[in-house]
Amino acid sequence: MPQTAGSRGLRAAAVATFAALATVPVPTGPSHAADPIRIGSVVSATGPASFLGDPEQKTLKLYVDQLNKKGGVLGRPIELVLYDDGGDANKARTFATRLIEDDKVVAMVGGTTTGTTMAMIPVFEDAKVPFISLAGAIEIVEPVRAYVFKTPHTDKTACQKIFEDMKARGLTKIGMISGTDGFGKSMRAQCLKVVGDYGITVAIDESYGPTDADMTPQLNKIKNTAGVQAVLNPGFGQGPAIVTRNYAQLGIGLPLYQSHGVASKSFVDLAGPAAEGVRLPAPALLIADKLADTDPQKAVVTEYKKSYETATGQPVSTFGGYGFDGIQILVKAIEQAKSTDSQKIRDAIEATKGYVGATGLYTMSPTDHLGLGTESFRMLEIRGGDWVPQEKK
Amino acid sequence: MAGLVPAIHVLFGDEVEHVDARHKAGHDDVRVCGAGCKVMAEFLQLVFSGLTVGAVYALVALGFTLVYNASDVINFAQGDFVMIGGMGTVFLMAAGVALPFAVLIAVVAAVLVGLLLHRLAIEPARGASPVALIMITIGASIFIKGVAQIVFDKQFHSLPAFSGTDPIAIGGATILPQSFWVIGGMLALVFGLWLFLERTLIGKAVLATAANRLAARLVGINVTVVLALAFGLSAAIGAVGGVLVTPITLTRYDVGTLFALKGFAAAMVGGMGNPIGAVVGGLLIGLMEAFGAGYLSSTYKDAVAFVAILVVLLVMPQGLFGRRSVERV
Repeated sequence: MPQTAGSRGLRAAAVATFAALATVPVPTGPSHAADPIRIGSVVSATGPASFLGDPEQKTLKLYVDQLNKKGGVLGRPIELVLYDDGGDANKARTFATRLIEDDKVVAMVGGTTTGTTMAMIPVFEDAKVPFISLAGAIEIVEPVRAYVFKTPHTDKTACQKIFEDMKARGLTKIGMISGTDGFGKSMRAQCLKVVGDYGITVAIDESYGPTDADMTPQLNKIKNTAGVQAVLNPGFGQGPAIVTRNYAQLGIGLPLYQSHGVASKSFVDLAGPAAEGVRLPAPALLIADKLADTDPQKAVVTEYKKSYETATGQPVSTFGGYGFDGIQILVKAIEQAKSTDSQKIRDAIEATKGYVGATGLYTMSPTDHLGLGTESFRMLEIRGGDWVPQEKK
Repeated sequence: MAGLVPAIHVLFGDEVEHVDARHKAGHDDVRVCGAGCKVMAEFLQLVFSGLTVGAVYALVALGFTLVYNASDVINFAQGDFVMIGGMGTVFLMAAGVALPFAVLIAVVAAVLVGLLLHRLAIEPARGASPVALIMITIGASIFIKGVAQIVFDKQFHSLPAFSGTDPIAIGGATILPQSFWVIGGMLALVFGLWLFLERTLIGKAVLATAANRLAARLVGINVTVVLALAFGLSAAIGAVGGVLVTPITLTRYDVGTLFALKGFAAAMVGGMGNPIGAVVGGLLIGLMEAFGAGYLSSTYKDAVAFVAILVVLLVMPQGLFGRRSVERV
């Protein structure tokens, strides 16, 4: 390491050390005589997005191990080259370049956040190597880029699911109260884009700051808006829990819809009794034990939940599910293509049809590089502090 | 086909509940009540909302005031005492400690942190300029948040409300029982502080130090002890505020930042250094935020506090109740 004086040099040294530490490739599986197929991954296993990246990393390692134990793909073992970007888009891009130039991977599953994914896209597009992202934003696949796919459902799908449910209940005039955090903003925009398709009008559109502790003023406005039949709250973190509590305090009494952003047990705990009757769209993984036996996703979701929880000792999360679907889609595509040629793998991913994953049922096409429909969400209602599915499949 | 029947049933059930809920929510009353009454109810709702949040801002502002008076330092770790009070109680209760003891231990812990902050960070830098000391408190705040992430966790937590969660209806608006705890607790603390400052010798020593540090030292007041006391007291006030408000607003390791900013705004509006100003400023900021969100647009809610600072600084730089910063000779 060059000895440079000053804080600039120190910083550079620190970054270099970090990079050196983080870049030790994780060798997975026994090395056979056959050449391993190299699959790359850059996830945010540490840093602010670690709650997303950590389960993704664990899932990827777990399933690559499993595949290798079963004899790998096309008779060749898989080698997972995994880097941790710590949530930093600059690092992600550096690692992406390394995956292409040094590691010569055939494809990549990773990109925990929208920020890191967007930073890496140009690298993979230029190299013509398929990239399955695990990040949320719709901008990743809209407009469609030839080599970029993603597995997590988007806010738009969640909006559509909610509006479908409202329409079925005959609710046509709604109020919205959205968080001004990234998630809330993005979902609000997506919802407003598709709300017209369902014949629903937004009579009042309120917002709150991500750290606000009291939303009664905004909710009171919604309460006093004539004709509102239901309220939708796109948001993330503690905001929706406070909205739910304030909503009960004001005795608004109209159906309240929350987003998939708070589809977790902690939301139910935080909102307490006020959460009774709240509806929200959630992935099947959340209610694995409550799925009907006839549900197509039942087997996949139950198996993934069991494997993950046995292997890591931690409760399963939907984020790990994105990683699961990413690696499964890729492996299936390699098998389908009967080749490790990146171009052929890309074509096979695009031709994914009816793949039953942990997140939903994927059918991709040249115009849809996500391939999830609203059926990937389940409409849940909170009853007695637990989820109750609102539809039979 | 079998799947269809329950679906219709569920829908029907919802419909009934929906109508029921609107009845319960008093929508019929509203119709009887008429337009003027409805406006009144909305106004009251905003007042309740503003007073509850404002009471916590007031407590934080009071903490700012205490430390500022004793040392000319604006302690930006003030908001973190609110967090320690709330988070400490949450985790002690999770460990099986009864609420009153959990509160007591959490407040004592916050006081200890306050004393340590003074002893380890402020005292060694004695003689540094107030600006340097303020920077030290910002550093301390970041440090406390970092430690809290490890000692506690990064999740949001809540406490059960002290006396139920059934909203109380007053004049068409509703208020949570916990809001009375917050507002009452704030008033009790202010009164207690007033008694302490006016009626005890050591309280008078604090006032004397605030008035003139050199003179206080000359008459034999141990200024270092007074300063430590101010830090301990402000920590206790913040922590109690945190305990009271957590059942309503939830808490996390980093909620302190927001409370510090709003509390600072409150102290500025009220006049930095004036306890009455701190309370009035806190309630005022809370009310302005509620009215801003309720009558104007929620987009500008957070801006309200900062616009208030700007206006106050431009129009009356000493704040509503502040001392004029003119040196009497």
